[in-house]
Amino acid sequence: MPHRDAAYNLARWILRGRAQAEDVTQEAFLRAYRSFGAFQSGNARAWLLQIVRNCCFTWLQQNHVAEEMTEFDELAMPPKTENPESLAIATYDRERLQRALEDLPAHFREIIVLRELEGCSYKEIAAITTRPIGTVMSALARARQQLRTFLTEPVPKGASRDV
Amino acid sequence: MTCELSQTRLHAYFDGELDAMGAAEFERHLESCPDCEGRLAAEEKLRSALVGAQLYARAPETLRKKLQISLPMAAVPPYVRDPKPSAEKSWRWLAIAASVILAVLLGTHYMEELNRYSQQQAMAAVIVDAHLRSLQPGHLEDVISTDQHTVKPWFDGKIDFAPPVRDFAGDGFPLLGGRLDVLEGRTAAALVYGRRKHIVNVFVTKTQPGDASDGAGELQGYRWVAWQQNGFTFTAVSDTAYADLDQLKELFLAP
Repeated sequence: MPHRDAAYNLARWILRGRAQAEDVTQEAFLRAYRSFGAFQSGNARAWLLQIVRNCCFTWLQQNHVAEEMTEFDELAMPPKTENPESLAIATYDRERLQRALEDLPAHFREIIVLRELEGCSYKEIAAITTRPIGTVMSALARARQQLRTFLTEPVPKGASRDV
Repeated sequence: MTCELSQTRLHAYFDGELDAMGAAEFERHLESCPDCEGRLAAEEKLRSALVGAQLYARAPETLRKKLQISLPMAAVPPYVRDPKPSAEKSWRWLAIAASVILAVLLGTHYMEELNRYSQQQAMAAVIVDAHLRSLQPGHLEDVISTDQHTVKPWFDGKIDFAPPVRDFAGDGFPLLGGRLDVLEGRTAAALVYGRRKHIVNVFVTKTQPGDASDGAGELQGYRWVAWQQNGFTFTAVSDTAYADLDQLKELFLAP
């Protein structure tokens, strides 16, 4: 099944759990198959990931997962001035990075995962998240900044979740 | 002071989203803006940390099995799968037959689209892997020389073709050396170029039937550009901007 990893990886990071990610990825593939008529040609990965993403956010809503939802207007805002200390950090361990990524608000999380883990272009991310490219760029800038801020916070909050 | 560009264009540049002119323009700005320079370095550190942490979660085997079982069923519309106890039995079977045929047709087209895409992705993964491998200490060059007349003969007898080795130091791509590599079972000559602080690997193989003629893409923050010339397939890969790779391609294509 093509793009199985891409679909699962996105779901795993948006939902922050393995079992949920499996269920939702399966649901997304079912939907993709049923609505294949709507897919003409073009970027199959982006098309599939858009369905995965929508299924994930529906799941979060239905299961009343408390998510810090960033509003569209806020996503498009330029980031605040960044603490110079967070710019200087050179190395991070894996666990720290995982926790920092999971602590990001969902809309920042998905954009980092699509860009840095999946290697999507801005155009693809814009298609998957149904946002304008300009918003993708500013959201990415803010997500990266917030990720760095989390990485420099002295005390990690909560225990690490499973990958 | 925070430079305004550091929140916008810097990211587009870092992600290789600017065209050649935009990238060159930003590079000129970079030379005179310590704020942007520092932030670019911070973004590079964050990216290499993310790549190094290997956070990508591959689909587990259990999911593969679940999809295998559930997908052929899913292709049949629900109203067919949920038969009503009625007298229209023959119609129902006809509907099932029709939808199975439809599902097969749609499925084939769907799979073809996805397969073509994933084949390209698979090749990109091989190229990016080879690039990452080469960046490990001591793996970059087998022959270290900035002289094309040293690098070119070095390949003699090691591979069954003579790759075009050229130095482009005058155009900002100094030749650093060469090495042998194997990509999906094919011997490749790897030419190593520098581009500012970046390393560019250019993999040269003999063109085989089925090789995609031209292409470009991106994986895990690395970009690649492929082209064919005189019976060779070239793939340039680096973490530098597309504009750089395109420029290098033009240099190779120029007589």
